[in-house]
Amino acid sequence: MIHRIWQFGLFIILSLVIVSAFLWAPLAKGLGEYTRILYFHVPAAWITVLAFMIGAVYAVLYLRKRELKYDLIAESASQMGFVFCILATVTGSVWAKVSWGSFWNWDPRETSIFILLLVYAAYFALRSAIEHPDRRAALSAVYAIMAFVTVPFFVFIVPRVYASLHPDPLINPQGKIHMEGKMLATFLTSLGSFTVLFLWMFKRRIDIVTIKLKLAKMEQ
Amino acid sequence: MQLILKAFYIFQKDIRQEFKTRYAINAIVLFAVVTLTAVSFSIGTFAAGDEVLAALLWIILFFSAMSGLAHIFVREEETHTSDTLKLVAPPMSIYLGKYLFNFFLLLLLEFITVPLFFAVMNFSISGVWPFLASLVLGSFGLSAGATMIAAIISKASAKGALFAVLSFPILLPVLIMGINATRIVIREESFAAISGPLQALFAYAVVVVTASLLLFDFVWNE
Amino acid sequence: MELEISAKGINKYFGEKRIFKDINFDVRNGESIAIVGHNGAGKTTLVRILCGLIRQTDGSIRYTVDGKKIERENIYPYIGLVGPYLELYEELTAQENLDFFAKMRNMTNPQARIAELMEKVGLSGREHDEVKTYSSGMRQRLKYVFALLHRPTVLVLDEPTSNLDKEGTATVYQIMQEQKKDKILILATNDEADLKYGDKQIAVNS
Repeated sequence: MIHRIWQFGLFIILSLVIVSAFLWAPLAKGLGEYTRILYFHVPAAWITVLAFMIGAVYAVLYLRKRELKYDLIAESASQMGFVFCILATVTGSVWAKVSWGSFWNWDPRETSIFILLLVYAAYFALRSAIEHPDRRAALSAVYAIMAFVTVPFFVFIVPRVYASLHPDPLINPQGKIHMEGKMLATFLTSLGSFTVLFLWMFKRRIDIVTIKLKLAKMEQ
Repeated sequence: MQLILKAFYIFQKDIRQEFKTRYAINAIVLFAVVTLTAVSFSIGTFAAGDEVLAALLWIILFFSAMSGLAHIFVREEETHTSDTLKLVAPPMSIYLGKYLFNFFLLLLLEFITVPLFFAVMNFSISGVWPFLASLVLGSFGLSAGATMIAAIISKASAKGALFAVLSFPILLPVLIMGINATRIVIREESFAAISGPLQALFAYAVVVVTASLLLFDFVWNE
Repeated sequence: MELEISAKGINKYFGEKRIFKDINFDVRNGESIAIVGHNGAGKTTLVRILCGLIRQTDGSIRYTVDGKKIERENIYPYIGLVGPYLELYEELTAQENLDFFAKMRNMTNPQARIAELMEKVGLSGREHDEVKTYSSGMRQRLKYVFALLHRPTVLVLDEPTSNLDKEGTATVYQIMQEQKKDKILILATNDEADLKYGDKQIAVNS
């Protein structure tokens, strides 16, 4: 019952976010309707990074505890991260088309999200190439951690080397948020509710993994 | 100290094996020469600007490296000697020994390919020493990452294709910073001009070597 | 050196598939055990677990050296292993192989030991030939030199007499006899003649 209420609440809030993103929030000064994509693009990008971090945490947990459960959870996090990574890439690319004139131009931000896409793809390719479950778990965990320590080089170094046209990310060097009240409210609600949506989906994935493992044990 | 000494013995053994078969050296150098020929043939001598040439040089080096650096671990797996090695060597010394081998392989590749590239593509730079420094630091990071990925893929199937796929996102920072450094030294002579990329290359190598040393045991010991 | 291996409730799964369950035994100096089981029962897997090459899924293996417990990753110096999945470096000569292993095993003056063992297995005079020129029987003999080089307390033999002729088999039996006198011998085999050298038998099956 509690679950139902939660889900219904989330549904209402997400609907409100969608409506207000298109109708209630004003446009950014000097920019067109296309800025509204921000309310969906930024949460998608944030969840991509969040899922990537969760994946790395579970990779470490697997290596410490050696329980297959953690590996399957890391995989679930990565699968969801991959979906949101595609969403972030596509929404970003649509935005780039209308504001910069082409779908893709190797802006540093585009490069970093693309690298994440490649990392996820490589991670899944590696997993599918190893049949032995324990070995698959250990090797893909190591790869996830290796990726986790090298990806920051893109995030911090590439933007310094090549100038970016990307609007300041939410956390910028000046520590300012360039948004007025209604925009900010919509934006933060969107960010929060999408995060909750992600965590809820993630929780369901963990449940599925646990049930699967239990079933396999019973079959033995 | 024991560890370094043993790493050196493993390096010695790999060199001896390599010089009897010349498998990795042949693969890597021939790949570089073929690619260089293809590039030179298809763009011509004076057609490309220096900016483009700087990128081409690193791309040739990078993909040539991809053709041969996995061999060091794949060979142990294919000849069923990895258990033998496991019984006699501590894991860290294995990583270090193999890393050293790949580092030297990469330097050898550069020793042959880079002068050839300069001659054939009519490429010239002002800062020779800073450029060499960026090459060495780049190889340092490149071979560290590649050695680790090689260890991972040697335990998987479809090794060849997987190596490039897994390495690319991990090693791309080296490529980007290397290209960046080379573009600068075309006109600048001093080390100061490329101190940024050099520091970044160094930091990358340190991070990757540290992570690899910590994680190698998990790859090597099931 | 007094060594004791004590295995309790060892299970091994490959993912969710069980290879074997509940293996228990104790073995100490002067004893020998034979691991038996039909093909595919997991003899080799158990051997590799005992040697610390792979991990068991559940259960514990205790290694005690002179009354002190030691960890899995420090067991290698005490173990000599011969098995079909354990090859030497083909491109190198027998001598180069053995020199390398001796250095890795921290042996200071290995030449006499190498010569003695090469003599024992009947490979004297072939030291400077590359291993790839060896026949499969000669390779098997060379593997014994590799396994015995550092005078291991535990000698683990997986299919000890495969590929060997009569003479080679006799040498191996002599080696086994010497080993079980005051050290530990572990065999994994289905060969009736080999089994005589195992005092205890451990059956592996799922």
